[in-house]
Amino acid sequence: MLSFIVRRLLTLIPTVFGISVLVFFMIHLVPGDPAEMMLGERASKQALEELREQLGLDKPLHVQYGRFITRLLRGDLGRALRTNEKITAEIAQRFPATVELALAAMVFAVTLGMLAGVISATRQYSAFDYSSMVLSLVGVSMPIFWLGLILMIIFSLHLGWLPLSGRLSYDVHIHTVTGLHLIDGILTVNGKGFRDALWHIIMPAFTLSTIPMAIIARITRSSMLEVLRQDYIRTAKAKGLPPRLVHYKHALKNALIPIVTVIGLQFGILLGGAILTETIFAWPGIGLWLLNAVYARDFNAVQGGTMLIATTFVTINMIVDVLYAWINPRIKVS
Amino acid sequence: MSSQASRSLLELSALYGTSGEKPQSPSVEALRRLRKNRTAVAGLFIIVLFLLMALFAPYLAPHNPLEQSLYAKLKPPVWQPGGSWAHVLGTDDFGRDLLSRLIYGARISMVVGVVSVSIALFFGTLAGSVAGFYGGLLDNAIMRFMDLLLAFPSILLAIVIVAFLGPSLQNAMIAIGVVSIPRYARLVRGSVLEEYAKDYVQAARALGASDGRLIFLHILPNCLAPLIVQTTLGFASAILEAAALSFLGLGAQPPTPEWGAMLANGRALILRAWWAVTFPGLMILFSVLGFNLMGDGLRDALDPRLRE
Repeated sequence: MLSFIVRRLLTLIPTVFGISVLVFFMIHLVPGDPAEMMLGERASKQALEELREQLGLDKPLHVQYGRFITRLLRGDLGRALRTNEKITAEIAQRFPATVELALAAMVFAVTLGMLAGVISATRQYSAFDYSSMVLSLVGVSMPIFWLGLILMIIFSLHLGWLPLSGRLSYDVHIHTVTGLHLIDGILTVNGKGFRDALWHIIMPAFTLSTIPMAIIARITRSSMLEVLRQDYIRTAKAKGLPPRLVHYKHALKNALIPIVTVIGLQFGILLGGAILTETIFAWPGIGLWLLNAVYARDFNAVQGGTMLIATTFVTINMIVDVLYAWINPRIKVS
Repeated sequence: MSSQASRSLLELSALYGTSGEKPQSPSVEALRRLRKNRTAVAGLFIIVLFLLMALFAPYLAPHNPLEQSLYAKLKPPVWQPGGSWAHVLGTDDFGRDLLSRLIYGARISMVVGVVSVSIALFFGTLAGSVAGFYGGLLDNAIMRFMDLLLAFPSILLAIVIVAFLGPSLQNAMIAIGVVSIPRYARLVRGSVLEEYAKDYVQAARALGASDGRLIFLHILPNCLAPLIVQTTLGFASAILEAAALSFLGLGAQPPTPEWGAMLANGRALILRAWWAVTFPGLMILFSVLGFNLMGDGLRDALDPRLRE
């Protein structure tokens, strides 16, 4: 197991290296002079020169990349154009919000998705089965930024049940331990803070969860159907075990492997979807920050944010691979 | 294994007419399966509807989609108090007719689908067939690069490409196309590897067929089934991603009647005009749903092995 983890970790190195090359070259996609694009047409010559030098655009390519990668390895992504803050500090400050949102969305997606999938499989061709499969197709076809807006109209503007946007009410404070408000609320025994954070996260998390939920429901259904056809399930049923026990204990356990794989793959969708969800709900995470950097033409910050999200993404994929090998030891051999 | 055996038996009986029917070609057989597949038929119906909308937009739309009117600002749909038949689905904050804009939006989304899928299909097929056919170092280089593109969440990569190229519908289409190249490349490479080992390819090679002839006339036509499925599903994701980019202000720019851009505009009116938010989203939903249904149906009809 340990050697598998080490080997898998080693494959990360060329991948992250490749990502850095790709992210580095992106600035050369800019038509014209990036410095001028960043500062606008009315920028003074001196300011342009300074920025060009700061970006290293006046040097040959390999020197530029060398600078980029050494700074990256030192954990220095430069400063954001708008705030003049360190990009790493800005990202670190916003990262927990995105993690919390993605985890909450995953909780929705896994519980509701798997439940729908299991019920559909055990009642194949029932009304529930048909409607949940149609819903799952609608789920993957729906623009989540639209769903978010519709939920806002219904639950905030009309019913007034949930807050419109943001992560916390302005008059509520939660002491930071982990950076995840819900967990910090529990750790610091802050009932009011926890409740407020919970109310704020429900809509964005649900919005973000729909696509993974639909995919998880479909894979759970098909994986369960396959398992339910096997002999040992028939034996268990013939023994007179209650169907619920057979379905959830005997069948689901063995149907789990493809489901876990698919769940792991969904984190990428969540990281991407977070950009849209955070924009709609003004959720102060990394996605919203990246988008604002895009709007401000702060190429340095865009590169830094992209580098970080992509690295997180491949790291999560690696962790999923390792977990997968742990659940299913047969995989390690191949 | 057992299901595969029984299927080939079924196919044999269909071919040799044990049930008294005439033998049928595989494509006729696929078409028959497709017609019987309700999902595919429903999808095709929706797609045709949107295609007709796109083609005949000037005849269908009651108003010019760009025409503004100070007197008709934020009119609600006809069934709400204050609505009128002049603007069936209401108007936006510039007094532009929503229905007309939605109809013209179909044109943009269909074009987006065609352009970005073509980019992805062309480069993906090229890269995949070259990688699969020649193997070795070239294969390794191409596929590692594809893996690299897959190391980014696709919408993020699209956003970043547009961020550097500059926001416009054209660049959004390029970005979406580029982002989906790896899907096609992987698919084609796998099929090419599978086909290349078969006898008919070796026979053609022995007869002196050139590499290009082998790839394009012998191998690729036999890899079509999964490619058709992927292309159909590709339309769905292209429309969805383009709408997302436009919603973020990185794709189609105002006043273009693009559904995502309309949603972005409607977002500012969320308190006053629910219709400006609701209808553009429904258009995106149904057009994407159409292609997804069609893709699922095609998968079942063309290549039962690909089923989930």
